[in-house]
Amino acid sequence: MFIINCPYCGERDQTEFSCGGEAHIERPKQPTELSDDQWAEYLFMRKNIKGIQFERWNHIHGCRKWFNVVRDTSNDKIHAVYKMGERPPVK
Amino acid sequence: MSNNLRINKNNFIDQTVRISFKFNGRRLFGYKGDTLASALLANNIHLVGRSFKYHRPRGIMTCGSEEPNAIVQVGKDPALTDPNVRATEIELYEGLEAFSQNCWPSVNFDIGGINNFLSPLLPAGFYYKTFMWPASFWEKYEFFIRHSAGLGKSPTKPDQDLYDHQYVHCDVLVIGGGISGILSAKLSAEKGLNTMLINDKSHLGGSTIYQNDDIFKINNETSNLWLKNQIEELKKIPNLTIKNRTSVAAFHGYNYLLARENLTDHLSAHERKEKIRQRLLKIRAKKVVIATGAIERPLIFNNNDRPGIILSSSIKKYIDYYGVKTGESISLFTNNDSAYETAISLNKSGVKVKVIIDIRENSNSILSEKIEKAGIKILKGYTITNTDGYKRINSIDVMKLSKDGENVIGSKITYKCDCLGISGGWTPMVHLFTQSGGKLKFRNNDNVFIPDENKTPSEQISVGSSNGDFELDDVINNTVKNIKVFLGLDKNNYENLDIKCSKEKQKRNIWLLPSNKPISRTKPFLDFQNDSTAKDVKLALREGFKSIEHVKRYTTTGMGTDQGKLSNMHALGIIADTTGTNMGELGTTTFRPPYTPLTFGAIVGRNVGEFFDHTRRTAIHDWHLENKAEFENVGQWKRPWYFPKNGETMYQAVQRESKAARESAGILDASTLGKIDIQGEDASEFLNRVYTNAWSKLAIGKCRYGLMLNEDGMVYDDGVTTRLGENHYIMTTTTGGAANVLSKLEDYLQTEWPELNVYLTTVTDQYSTMSICGPNSKKIIAKIIPSLDLSDESFPHMSFKNSKIDNVNCRIMRISFTGEHSYEINVQSNYAKDVWERCIEAGKEFNITPYGTETMHLLRAEKGFIITGQDTDGTLTPSDLQMDWIIGKKKYDFIGKRSLYRSDTIREDRKQLVGLLTDDPKEVLEEGAQLVESLEKPIDMLGHVTSSYFSPNLNKSIALAVVRSGKKLKGKKLIVPMKNKNINVTITDTVFYDKENKRLNA
Repeated sequence: MFIINCPYCGERDQTEFSCGGEAHIERPKQPTELSDDQWAEYLFMRKNIKGIQFERWNHIHGCRKWFNVVRDTSNDKIHAVYKMGERPPVK
Repeated sequence: MSNNLRINKNNFIDQTVRISFKFNGRRLFGYKGDTLASALLANNIHLVGRSFKYHRPRGIMTCGSEEPNAIVQVGKDPALTDPNVRATEIELYEGLEAFSQNCWPSVNFDIGGINNFLSPLLPAGFYYKTFMWPASFWEKYEFFIRHSAGLGKSPTKPDQDLYDHQYVHCDVLVIGGGISGILSAKLSAEKGLNTMLINDKSHLGGSTIYQNDDIFKINNETSNLWLKNQIEELKKIPNLTIKNRTSVAAFHGYNYLLARENLTDHLSAHERKEKIRQRLLKIRAKKVVIATGAIERPLIFNNNDRPGIILSSSIKKYIDYYGVKTGESISLFTNNDSAYETAISLNKSGVKVKVIIDIRENSNSILSEKIEKAGIKILKGYTITNTDGYKRINSIDVMKLSKDGENVIGSKITYKCDCLGISGGWTPMVHLFTQSGGKLKFRNNDNVFIPDENKTPSEQISVGSSNGDFELDDVINNTVKNIKVFLGLDKNNYENLDIKCSKEKQKRNIWLLPSNKPISRTKPFLDFQNDSTAKDVKLALREGFKSIEHVKRYTTTGMGTDQGKLSNMHALGIIADTTGTNMGELGTTTFRPPYTPLTFGAIVGRNVGEFFDHTRRTAIHDWHLENKAEFENVGQWKRPWYFPKNGETMYQAVQRESKAARESAGILDASTLGKIDIQGEDASEFLNRVYTNAWSKLAIGKCRYGLMLNEDGMVYDDGVTTRLGENHYIMTTTTGGAANVLSKLEDYLQTEWPELNVYLTTVTDQYSTMSICGPNSKKIIAKIIPSLDLSDESFPHMSFKNSKIDNVNCRIMRISFTGEHSYEINVQSNYAKDVWERCIEAGKEFNITPYGTETMHLLRAEKGFIITGQDTDGTLTPSDLQMDWIIGKKKYDFIGKRSLYRSDTIREDRKQLVGLLTDDPKEVLEEGAQLVESLEKPIDMLGHVTSSYFSPNLNKSIALAVVRSGKKLKGKKLIVPMKNKNINVTITDTVFYDKENKRLNA
């Protein structure tokens, strides 16, 4: 079970958080302009990487803030956390 | 038989305290410090159980948690009896009562023993192969198979014991109370680190604490005395916590570990009273030292499972620690030097060691010299080809091994003995290491998997024999050296100890020892508990199973309660030999938690009964109780389901409540609906984006029904939202969806639309809601709040007013989920019960009828209103629900909009919501029943019933259903096939009652 360093609250147990899947998938600004395939790409397609993955996490039983996490899925090591809207740290 | 096998010299058993216990009903005696196993052996009882499949007699084989055979049922009490407990781990207490398992009528005479003679008919995969045909017979087979499966008996009454959970934080956690764990804990604690030492036995010291021979010396003291002094010092260190009788079950990532602490299992019944039985420790450690030791391997040869065949190191522990002779005439069979230590201990205690059979051609070490000096016979390069004795071993057959070890040569020699010690080398206990994500490497010279130091997760280390060090000097020196680096220590007292020990020089390993009989006529057991033999593994390979995980499951090797601690390595070795692969490439099966079995009690701790989950009660709950409501669980909420009067059934109560609500007045506690307070200058824009319909033009003081979709276009939640002010709304959600809706809205606000200035606050608990409906509802409200203008002009349907009842502020909405003229009063929760009682009082003359969720569901179904989660299941769009009117066509975007015209969502043959009427108006359909067009096979399933009731107001049965292409099928006849009959139905409109909505303003 991870320890996650919430950028607002500090280190907390994983049980306080919920994972929101892959990060940096922006909702299209003009969905009506998109073809079915383009919309499906946004709606359904997610990466499942063995290795470094960018994820959204929510401190749902704490400050309820969403933020981003860089996690290595092969060993669960968290390399960085950063707030929504911030640039991902360059690998 | 008395304790005639007990010797008097030892420090660990208190022979002044005699303890009486019962085994299979027979009264026996042991001493304080005994385990059940040692006490049984002292009473010369070896036969304690029967094996799982062949019901072969089995005896105590080990002295620890790896025990495969001596698993017993403890206690008779139907609430407290404990199945599958290892006799080697039960500490003896006054009044202990234990029973053999898996035998009938008794362990001495077991009818199931017939399976042993049928064993040629019961190979690996027997059940899979035999009970396949005909498939329809499975239900008949299953009864008998289930009946014969399983070992002990589960308790039949609720557990009365107390269990506890505790969170532990420490700098360093040391797992294992042997010499390497003790040294690690001492080094850590002396550095000032907050340290916890976990030990699964009742005493510290591992196997060194009884290693009393002067071959093993540390600073000129025998190793046991040296270690004893270390332990005395250790106990004085204040920043060190020692947890005895505690077993680490799981080692998760980020150094999070679960351990089970046994607090009362070693106490007699009256000492246990009021005490916590077991505690689950949830440990977060900055650093972890794994010092879990190693387990001795058996040897795999013909008939290696007879009672009296014991691991050689266990024989040593029984004699040196418990002072128990495991036999009067003992032979030893080994492939390494450790059996020689056992021989020395036995010899010192005056037990005759008949012969040592060593498969190695040579062995020269300090130990072997001492054995030879003592005049004990060693047969080098020999193997055992067979053993004899049904309920106790009585002889062994020995033959010379060929040079390549694949055959036996020469003539057979038979030795009489009543106990055989076997030693096949050592297996490091790497379970916890691999659970934590560590990877193993294979060491070829002594065939062990050990932690790969390059693939060890950070902030942990393995030391001692769990890291593959088996000699005393290596254990101490490497532990001290590695811990120094791991904890960043300065120089310490343990770096230059003078250590003397014997060193093993020769090694030879044969996974499956040959016999003079063909393998098909031998029984070389691998997994003693599950009765899988080397033959079964070879058969599985012949039948094409290649992966070790498949071979394991097919043969059940390693699937007993001991999880293959003893002989999984041999199974791997035999697979490697047979298939010609290297064991390092083959790898191991996955080690999964728990390391030793955990009780459910420890897992759930105090979270039982009413503490299992939170219970949410509305502010009016006590009134419902006083008025004999039956309750329904909705999520964590307790909601009144119906209010039976004078012994009414649920059906009768609901019929009465439904009629009353339409004919005069009904009142519902709707407090559980989610309420979200929405404020901010962009609140209107926000609602525009989350609901399908338009919100910007909603006037202050007005209410609107909204439908919320997921981004995939499927209906997610619904509810009425009221505009309280320019930038202030109150949204209601479904009871079950409240938390998720809030989270979803927060998600969009924080991540997709951070530019919107909107604040969301949940006020579900702060406000209580009561809904008063029916033609007389207006009169009731007028009685409670005479000052309020209730005229349709001033207070029309779908509008809201702030008001006061006495001095209490309340919000009154004129909204309706029943189709009747109705009002919802929202007040601060602490006034809710009072306001509710005023409504009841004021409504008395109109027969105001409290109703519960069931009547609410019925009334809304009459009107064709959906309940998200009942009529929807996450696969229905608004159009599927025939609710196209709620889609804001002019809106540029809202959550889910683009998905509403994907190729899949515009299909015309989607399942769509329809109404159903049964041809027989008295026939009420079952919710979930399937709808078909014809009964001709193959039957095409068109849809299913989602809501169904008998409507007292229409005096007929009504239902809602989802049906393929349902919108086009109005008037069509369908069939609902049930077990005993077929019900004819007709598809109708979804609104059954008051289609013109006249009653809203009635």
